Amino acid sequence: MTETAVKANPELVTVTVDGRAVEVPKGTPVIRAAELAGVVIPRFCDHPLLEPIGACRQCLVEIPDAGNGRGFPVPQASCTTVAAQGMRVETAATSAKAKAAQEGVLELLLINHPLDCPICDKGGECPLQNQAMAQGRLQSRFDGVKRRFPKSQPLSAQLWLDRERCVLCSRCVRFADQIAGDDQLSLVERGARSQVAVQPGQPFTSYFAGNTVQICPVGALTSQSYRFAARPFDLVSTVTTCEGCAAGCQLRVDHRHYQVKRRLAGDLPAVNQEWNCDRGRFGFVSERGPDRLTVPLLRRDGQLVEASWTEALAAAAAGLSRAGAAVGVLTGGRLTRETAYAHARFARAVLGSNDIDFRARALSAEETGFLAAWQTDPGQPVTYADLDQAEQVVLVGLEPEDEAPIVFLRLRRAVRQHRLQVTTIAARRSPGSAKLDARLIATAPGQEAAQLAALDLGAGSIVLGGERLAQSPGALTALAAVVRKGGRWAWLPRRPGEVGALEAGAFPALWPQGQPVGSEAVARVWGSGLPTAPGRDSLAQVAALADGSLRAAVWSGVELADLPDPAAARAGLERADFVLSLERRLSEAAQLADVVLPVAPLEETSGSFRNWERRLSPVAQVIGRPGTPMTEIRVLAALADALGVPLGFRTPDEAAAELDQIEPPARPAEAAPDAAATTPVAAVVPAPDPALTTPVAAAVPAPARAAVPAPAVWTVGPANAAPDPVLATPVVADPAAEAAGPAIPAPAAPADPAALGPGEAVLATWRELLDDARLLDHEPALRASARPVAARLNPATAAALGLDDARRVTLGGLEFDLVIDPTVADNVVWAPSRAPGLNLAVAGLTPGRAVAVTPVAVAPAAVDPAERPSEEAQA
Amino acid sequence: MTAPTITAPPADEQLLVPVLTADWGQPESWKLAQYEARGGYRGLRAALVRPPAEVMAEVKDSQLRGRGGAGFPTGLKWSFVPGDLSPKYLVVNGDESEPGTCKDVPLLMASPHTLVEGIIIASYAIGVNQAFVYVRGEALHPIRRLRAAVAEARAAGYLGTDVLGSGFSLDIVVHAGAGAYICGEETALLNSLEGRRGQPRLRPPFPAVAGLYAKPTVINNVESIATVPAIINHGKDWFLSMGTERSRGMTIYSLSGHVRHPGQYEAPLTITFRQLLDLAGGVRQGHKLKFFTPGGSSTPILTEDNLDIVLDYESLAAAGTMLGTKALQVFDDTTSVVRTTLRWVEFYQHESCGKCTPCREGTWWLVQLLRRLEAGQGHPGDVDLLLSVAQSINGQSFCPLAAGAVACVTSAVKHFREEFEAGYHTPAWEYLPYAASAAFAEPAPDRSQPARSAPDPAAPDQAGAGQGDGAGRSDEASQTDPAGRTDEGVTL
Ligand SMILES: Cc1cc2nc3c(=O)[nH]c(=O)nc-3n(C[C@H](O)[C@H](O)[C@H](O)COP(=O)(O)O)c2cc1C
Ligand code: SF4
Ligand code: SF4
Ligand code: SF4
Ligand code: FES
Repeated sequence: MTETAVKANPELVTVTVDGRAVEVPKGTPVIRAAELAGVVIPRFCDHPLLEPIGACRQCLVEIPDAGNGRGFPVPQASCTTVAAQGMRVETAATSAKAKAAQEGVLELLLINHPLDCPICDKGGECPLQNQAMAQGRLQSRFDGVKRRFPKSQPLSAQLWLDRERCVLCSRCVRFADQIAGDDQLSLVERGARSQVAVQPGQPFTSYFAGNTVQICPVGALTSQSYRFAARPFDLVSTVTTCEGCAAGCQLRVDHRHYQVKRRLAGDLPAVNQEWNCDRGRFGFVSERGPDRLTVPLLRRDGQLVEASWTEALAAAAAGLSRAGAAVGVLTGGRLTRETAYAHARFARAVLGSNDIDFRARALSAEETGFLAAWQTDPGQPVTYADLDQAEQVVLVGLEPEDEAPIVFLRLRRAVRQHRLQVTTIAARRSPGSAKLDARLIATAPGQEAAQLAALDLGAGSIVLGGERLAQSPGALTALAAVVRKGGRWAWLPRRPGEVGALEAGAFPALWPQGQPVGSEAVARVWGSGLPTAPGRDSLAQVAALADGSLRAAVWSGVELADLPDPAAARAGLERADFVLSLERRLSEAAQLADVVLPVAPLEETSGSFRNWERRLSPVAQVIGRPGTPMTEIRVLAALADALGVPLGFRTPDEAAAELDQIEPPARPAEAAPDAAATTPVAAVVPAPDPALTTPVAAAVPAPARAAVPAPAVWTVGPANAAPDPVLATPVVADPAAEAAGPAIPAPAAPADPAALGPGEAVLATWRELLDDARLLDHEPALRASARPVAARLNPATAAALGLDDARRVTLGGLEFDLVIDPTVADNVVWAPSRAPGLNLAVAGLTPGRAVAVTPVAVAPAAVDPAERPSEEAQA
Repeated sequence: MTAPTITAPPADEQLLVPVLTADWGQPESWKLAQYEARGGYRGLRAALVRPPAEVMAEVKDSQLRGRGGAGFPTGLKWSFVPGDLSPKYLVVNGDESEPGTCKDVPLLMASPHTLVEGIIIASYAIGVNQAFVYVRGEALHPIRRLRAAVAEARAAGYLGTDVLGSGFSLDIVVHAGAGAYICGEETALLNSLEGRRGQPRLRPPFPAVAGLYAKPTVINNVESIATVPAIINHGKDWFLSMGTERSRGMTIYSLSGHVRHPGQYEAPLTITFRQLLDLAGGVRQGHKLKFFTPGGSSTPILTEDNLDIVLDYESLAAAGTMLGTKALQVFDDTTSVVRTTLRWVEFYQHESCGKCTPCREGTWWLVQLLRRLEAGQGHPGDVDLLLSVAQSINGQSFCPLAAGAVACVTSAVKHFREEFEAGYHTPAWEYLPYAASAAFAEPAPDRSQPARSAPDPAAPDQAGAGQGDGAGRSDEASQTDPAGRTDEGVTL
């Protein structure tokens, strides 16, 4: 509310705070105006991103003149009083009345406070403590009996609430309600018995729950992950970027003794504001298990055994030399831009192969073309700010809450504050789309292109497409074609490194910066003798390994289970003459390797990501621990040296410098598109008022449309440029236009619902934020917030399949609880892609294909969602 | 405040003017037939033939002021609601939970149709098609009577889609509260009515702009609305002929405590406290007045110095107190003011909604200070501390409940400081034995050394912080166990 008020009213008013005049937009609360005047008013309940409530009364000020010549007889709460033209405000610094009022409130806040600072996680960074030190009495006048509560109680597996410390500011409750939309938290009881609570059996399992710990102004809320782990004054803070997804949240990482203790949401108004998701906040201990790699491994007599770096590098060089250029490189989607670039150059300039891909996931040739065209001409990228302003946002093949949670929060904010209309083309209404109040176009997987083509998408519409559109024929083409209707689009990969890897050229169809394969500009940097044959994508590499046309594989950070056909991938690696694995943990792929080279974890390297907006998001080195593995770039450089072709750089900075020095293919207007979208590493200490003091990034000027046609084979429409009916590939579903456009290699056709066999439904699936991903290992309290695992059918489909009474069903041998969900599209069965012990891909199930849904004969007692197995025991 | 001018002293020295209370003694006065037989719904018929704006003007010009406590002009409040917006709502406040206040509940018992008629006229004037009455939940019998009255009115065509053939449509929902004093505060009431937590809302937006379900809403006290039919019936000039210049008309005064004949006394706003006290037969025989509240426990107390005060808004404001709900609680010279104050503050501590710090924490502290003063275990300086804590609360809270909570403390200390200071050494029950002040009880056994938990007939809520769970248990231990050991469930 405050934010909208501030932005919607350019009209300014002048107020005087402690004698300092300041101009603020009309509608600004006095507490914000004071900040702009350089006066900090103490507060507990006020938060710039939450609606004001005026509960704590700590922010009382005297207003001798409300702007109309008359003053208020008693002190006013500055967080709920709006600045008016000519208003005079006196804070505790200049008014005895205000000072007495603030001291009075502070004294009252402390009478029932346990003051157990020595055992409180907040001690040392506690606003209440700070304020008591700054303004409180030395000796309390209260000598009565304090209200007692039993000490901490869980609100979820992750959150602990100490009600004695709670100052009832309701920040947590308002966050849950206003920001996350997860309303399990509430205040109950009244008077001094008031307390934050959840309903019995309904823990606060928000994906965003950790934010409440961060904004709690006292030590009332603590996390299972961090409580009692450190004292804030012993921690060293580093500002970096979260590697959880492609949202690009700024992150503050606190470490001590070479170990990260906690991660907090950074303060980046243009991206994550001051929030992050629990995956980003708590999911950082996966590399602390016994499978962590620190020394190279070498296969001897069929066994992986520890080896020296010298030995291992020599063995790797020998293995790769034997394969010549018949080497495929697969990098996964989580590498920094710099590391991806190192692989891009290593593959081409050192190995002589264009077979490199970052897509360790389902993909299609259509997607390859789509991405190539996008990288060649990104046009004017859609940004978070654009989502704020959009009239309509259409989600297709994308569940923002699961795949880019901060995008979800931004959409929800726009829905609440700007009445944004969200439409989702999806197989069912997810909890996330329900919280966005989204209009659901229930769609069987594979039908996305047709649905998109049928939508009215004028100016003011933005279509956000997700990575699983690659599995839906024509969908990405239809996405790009949105510009022809006047709309804009963005592509949101799930993984943080994909946009950067595309730019870095870790991609079969492009060299760095969108340069075509064989580019002169790149050759000037990389040297001569570069491969010119088109590269293989990751699926083609797997096939080529299996048929012997590729002899060796270099895999970095790839999970077999992430590939659409894990069995085929395993077979490919087993068949390969030589497999080199660059890894942090002994993954399945590493176990199949001949040489395993350990690399430094992200927190020990630096570099950058590009988020979905293409914003450059710096990754800072958090820990510099002596004696741990080298960075991946350095390992590749060493290996290149061993192969006799120097890589050309050894550090992330050098890699970035070289990558940035490569020009993108000529574009007419170089309007410094990146300047505004680049996020500088901000100071560790957040500015007092992010909403007002941090300038919103200026809109990126639209470069004129690319003159260079996209690569002929994969022609699709240029991204978000002026509509061009000639260049843009028409939607597949549009038969008349299809004839005119170049053919798009379509992925395997999805099942035609009409052609389903008896007992079958079309499989729809996506990955939820918290599943059995290995990156979430060792953090059971985080996994406990995962959604209940269930297969879903709508009532009609369930009836047609004879499943009205079934409690559990099997899909391809995997057993699920069955939930009858009226929002699921007809003839579709939805199930999560992965859950502990359940992996659709491993079971050979492909989304969009028919799957038999059969009841489990003896229905066991329904699994209580709260007691869902969440430990890695099953992972 | 300037001294009020008495504009229309009743010529015949007739002090009481029973209008709302006129028929309370009639058999089955709550039935429609009785109500109609005595002229009921005439006001409605008169209103329906006039344009709504004219009806609103009549009420506005009568200068009727809200009877719920704040005395805001009723017609003016109605006029704040945007005329062109729909839907809008009328919400009648029958939460009546303030200690001492007891006028709305009897009215609902004895003459619910007066309120129903008032609601229909008010709704017609404002352009409301859906009205709500929020009645204190404990008042079960009045709720039944009101519901029955609404049903009767509906059956008789006074409610429904075409009220008396006028084309105007209205329905009334009678909602039972769930036992919270704060839900009498109008925005907390709206929250409660919407099914939310009963806590006051931030203003702006004001209810007239965004009230119930974020729609324009008028909130009025039961008595305010029940007065409307009489104004329409007799005309504004009749109403203006009573009362003082800025406090017009008649109103119900509720006398309770140490008076011979406690009850409801309906009189013009020119009556003095002495006149009312005389009408009620005076203070208990053999005793004299010690102090009284003019308008419920939230209004600063007055003493015999103020016997001749005119009971209108302005005179009481000039005396540093308020007309409030016109609940005159009378206490004679047997009463311990320390004990009385403690009971009131215990009530506010119990009823504090907990939203804001000064009220939630401050009342907690005040209760402890007052308890030890009552027990004669006060520390020297406690009275000043009491005033200082009261000052930290007063004017700094989110809503006026907290101001009400400290009004009795500051005014009682002002008038009876030495009695509080006696709490440094002498228990209040020794200073003024409690049995003597029990208004209606048999002479009680000697309770000069009462056990803390012994039930006190005059103060049933004596136990603990008053935060018992309603099943008779109390959390006294949580405040008195020096080790602070508590046991979840019994305590907090
Ligand atoms: C703590 C508190 C309790 C209140 N309780 C009542 C009540 O029980 N009944 C009532 O009519 N007004 C009560 N009020 C006043 C209402 O907020 C509101 O002013 C009144 O209903 C308006 O009606 P009126 O204008 O007709 O007086 C209370 C106010 C406060 C602050
Ligand atoms: S919340 Fe703050 S003041 Fe309270 S115990 Fe913790 S550190 Fe101390
Ligand atoms: S738990 Fe923390 S954030 Fe929530 S109400 Fe209490 S003090 Fe505020
Ligand atoms: S003063 Fe504050 S705590 Fe007390 S009732 Fe009002 S809002 Fe609630
Ligand atoms: S910060 Fe203003 S009332 Fe809490």
